[in-house]
Amino acid sequence: MSKADLPQLLSSKAIEQINDWLKKYPDNRRRAAVIPALTIAQDELGYLARETMDAVAAYLEIPNIAAYEVATFYSMFSLEPRGRHVVSLCTNVSCMLAGSEELKQWFKDELGIAPGETTQDGRITLKEVECLAACGGAPMLEVGKQYHENLNVEKLFHLIKELT
Amino acid sequence: MVTIEINGQKIEARQGAMIIEVADAHGVEIPRFCYHKKLSVAANCRMCLVEVEGQRKPLPACATPVADGMIIKTESAIAKDAQKSVMEFLLINHPLDCPICDQGGECELQDVALECGKDVSRFTEKKRVVEDKDIGPLIETEMTRCIHCTRCVRFGREIAGIREMGAVGRGEHTEISTFIEKSVDSEVSGNIIDLCPVGALTAKPSRYQARAWEMIQYDSVSPHDCIGANLHVHTRHNEIIRVAPKENEATNEVWLSDRDRYSYEALTKGKRLLAPMIRQDGNWVESDWETALEKTASKLNVVAQTNGPEQIAGLASPIATTEELYLLQKIIRGLGSNNVDHRLRISDFSNQYYESLYPQLGIQLSELEELDACLLVGTNLRKEQPLAALRIRKATRYGDMATINARKIYNNFKVKHELVVEPKDWVVELAGVAKYLSQLEQNQKKLAKLEGLADLLTEVKISEKQQKIAKMLLNSENTSVVLGETAVEFSQASQLRILAKAIARLSRSSYGFLSHGGNSAGAYLAGAIPHRGPAGADVEAGGANAYEMLNQGKKAFVLVKTEPGKDSILGETAKQAAHNADFVVALTSFADDEAFEYADVVLPIAGYLESAGSYVNVNGRWQDFAASVTAPGQAKPAWKVLRVLGNLLNLKNFDYVSAQDVMQEVKGRMGAVGDKIKSKWYCPEALAENGFSPDPATIYQTDAYVRRAKALQQTALAKGEDELKRPPLSPFHNIVGGV
Repeated sequence: MSKADLPQLLSSKAIEQINDWLKKYPDNRRRAAVIPALTIAQDELGYLARETMDAVAAYLEIPNIAAYEVATFYSMFSLEPRGRHVVSLCTNVSCMLAGSEELKQWFKDELGIAPGETTQDGRITLKEVECLAACGGAPMLEVGKQYHENLNVEKLFHLIKELT
Repeated sequence: MVTIEINGQKIEARQGAMIIEVADAHGVEIPRFCYHKKLSVAANCRMCLVEVEGQRKPLPACATPVADGMIIKTESAIAKDAQKSVMEFLLINHPLDCPICDQGGECELQDVALECGKDVSRFTEKKRVVEDKDIGPLIETEMTRCIHCTRCVRFGREIAGIREMGAVGRGEHTEISTFIEKSVDSEVSGNIIDLCPVGALTAKPSRYQARAWEMIQYDSVSPHDCIGANLHVHTRHNEIIRVAPKENEATNEVWLSDRDRYSYEALTKGKRLLAPMIRQDGNWVESDWETALEKTASKLNVVAQTNGPEQIAGLASPIATTEELYLLQKIIRGLGSNNVDHRLRISDFSNQYYESLYPQLGIQLSELEELDACLLVGTNLRKEQPLAALRIRKATRYGDMATINARKIYNNFKVKHELVVEPKDWVVELAGVAKYLSQLEQNQKKLAKLEGLADLLTEVKISEKQQKIAKMLLNSENTSVVLGETAVEFSQASQLRILAKAIARLSRSSYGFLSHGGNSAGAYLAGAIPHRGPAGADVEAGGANAYEMLNQGKKAFVLVKTEPGKDSILGETAKQAAHNADFVVALTSFADDEAFEYADVVLPIAGYLESAGSYVNVNGRWQDFAASVTAPGQAKPAWKVLRVLGNLLNLKNFDYVSAQDVMQEVKGRMGAVGDKIKSKWYCPEALAENGFSPDPATIYQTDAYVRRAKALQQTALAKGEDELKRPPLSPFHNIVGGV
C-alpha cells in the first residue's frame, strides 16, 4: 500500500475532506486524523474493508495496526458489509422501560435479525446501541442519521416498510 | 535533586524521576507488569500502586514523578489493599494453566500473585478465551494468558521501529494481536518473549522442552556480530534448551537479535559430525583422532617440503574464537607461511598496512545513542548488526542520520539525507562530501596532513545533497562517520575508507567500522591476517590474503569453522580453489558441511556454546566464556585440536592446558607490542571509477551456525519476504508515545 492508494478508493471530495482534517494537526501528528479519515471512508464505502484501513493507514503514514486498533475500538465503525439502512436501536434504561425490548423482539420475529445481523436481502442491519440522548422520546431508534422517537410496534412496522 | 522518603528511608533522587525508578535503584520492591525501564510509561496495569502521603488515592509508582519531601509507603495498608485489588482484577480472566505453561516457575504474574494474590478467587463466572494467532516460527502465542500490559506493543513501536502488534477491540474484548494473520518479521522480535511478564509470548523452538527450575544457566557471548551480545544459556542434562539475553549496557543492553537467540538450534538440531572422517579412494570413512591428525600433519609436511610452505593456506571464519584464530596462525606461521586470513568477504586490501591495530568503531557502542549526527556508509544496519540499529534509532530522536549506499535500504530509523547511488558512483559521491568539507576548512595545517587529498578531488563536482550531508556533520557537536559491512566488501573499499576518514577528520567526527562476524577484532589481535602477526607484530614478506588464496588457489588448505563456498564473496570460485587443492582439512561441527565435497580430512569440533574461548568486540571489549555444554560424539574444542596438530607438526610452544592459557599468551603479546599501531593516512592517486558491490550476505546466511538454525530459516526474513510486507516508517515513529 502506498499513499496513492486511498485516492483510488475514494472520491476526490472525500480526499479533500480528509486533507482538510489533516490541516488541523501538525505535520508530524498525522495519526490524529485517523478517526475522521476512517469515518469519511466508511461513509463513502459503507464499511471498512481491510484494504480500506490499509489505504487509510498508508495515507496517514501510520502503521496498519494503528488503523486497525481504532477501527475495532469504536462501535461506529463496521468491518463487515452492512445493509442499505443501519438501524440503531437504543436499549438503555429509559428506552428499555418504555418498551424497547418489544421492538427488539419485533425485529427478530418479523425480519429474523438480532442485533448485529443483516436481513438476507441486504436491506436492513440492526445495531443495539447505548443511550443516544433522546430519553424524552423513548423508545427511540436511529435510521442512518435520522432519529425516530416515541415508537411502538405499529409505528415501527410502517417506518421499516418505507425503507427500500 | 530532591529528597524523598520511601518506607521511612530518606533518599536523594533526581528531579523528574518516577517513584518506581528510585525504588528500584534502592532495592525497594514494587510489583509491576507494564512498567519496563527501557520502554515508555503506560501505567495501564495499575499493579504498582503505592501510598503517597497527602494524596487521597494510591498513585501508580511508574507514572508519578518524585517531588521534594514526598513520603511514599509501599507496604502500608492502603498500598497493599490497592495492590491486592488490582491482582484480583488481573486474575479474573487469567487461566489456571500454570502446570502446562512454559513461563511457569519464572513468571512475573505467578510471583506477584504469590505476594499479593488471594488464595481463593471470588469469581465464579466463565473466563474469557482468546483465539491464538500464528505469528511465525520464533514466537509461540497463548493469548488467553495475556494481561494487556502492552510491553510487546511498545517494544515494536519504540525500540524495534516496526509496529506489528497492537491492542485491538475494546473493553473485555480487547486483544493484543497483529489483527490480521501475519508473522512478526522484525529481526529483534524475540525480545518480546523476555518482555512478556506472563506466558502469552514464549519461545516456539523450546516450547514444552524444560521447566525453568530444571535448567542451569551459563554465561556466554554471541559470535554472530561485532556487538558481542552477552548470553544466558539455559541447559538441562548437558543439552541447550534456549538462549536469553544477559544484561550489559556496554554491548547488548537488555536485548538480543533473533540471530543471537535462536542460532543454538544449529547445535541441537543440525546434523552434527560425531567422528573424524577421512576420504579414502573417493569415499568417506570414519576414523579416529590419532589417524586423522597424523594424516593431516604428514600431508601438511609433505606440501611444505615439496611445494614450499607458501602453498599452505589457513582460513577461518570471523566467528572463530580468538584462541582458535591464534593457534591457526601459529601453525601456519610455524610451517613457514603467512597465508592466514579471516577476511573472507573482503576483496580490496590495498590499504591494509595503514589500518589500525584492529577494526574499531571509534566510539563506544553506547555512545551511538548520543550522536547528534552520523554518516553511515554502506551499511544495512538492521541486518548486519541489528542491535547497533536499535542504538542508532535512539540517536534519531534528537540527531540526524545520513546514509550513502549502493542499494536502497529499509532502515528502522529515520534518515534525513539518503543517497542511493550506482556502485560505480559510490566513491565519487563520498568524494563530493569530502571536497565540500575541504573547501570550508580554514586550518591549512589540517589540510596539509591529508596529503594528496586536494589533487585527488580536483575533478570532483559537488552536488547539493553532498553539501547538506557535509553541513549536517559540521554543524552538529557529537558526530561520527561509520562504515558498515557492505562498504568494506566493496571492490574499491580502500577508497571509501580513505574518503570517509577525510570526511571524519574535516568535520571533527569520530571514524570507525562495524566489522564482520563476532570476532574480526580478535582475529586481528590474534594475528589471523597475512600482513601482521599477533598483537600487530611485524612479519617478513606478507602472505596471501583470503581473496588471493581462494582466487589463485593453494596446494593445501586448513579451514576452521568456515565453508568458503558460502562464506567467501568469491562463492563458487572459492569452492573450486578447495577442489583443486592437493590437501584440505576442515574443522567443522557439521556432517553436512560443504567440506565433504572437497576435503581430505574432516575433523569434528565443538560448536560455539560447547567450547571455552573469547571474542573481542568492535570496542575492543575482550569477553571470555566457558563451555555451556560438552560437544557430542568425539567432537573436541577446536583449540585442543589445533594444539595437538601443532604438537604433531613438531612446532614449538604448543603446550597449552586450557583455552585460558592461549588467551593469556595473546594478551601477553599485547603487553609486549602495545597499542603502537595507529591507522595512518594514505591517499591513492586517482579515484576509482568501476566499483562493484557484491551481493550482501542475507541476515540468516552469515555463518555456519545461522545457516543451520531451523526456526530462523523458516522466517520471512530468511526467505527475503520481509521488505515486501514492511509497513512504511511513520514520520514521527521515534516520539515516545507516538505510533
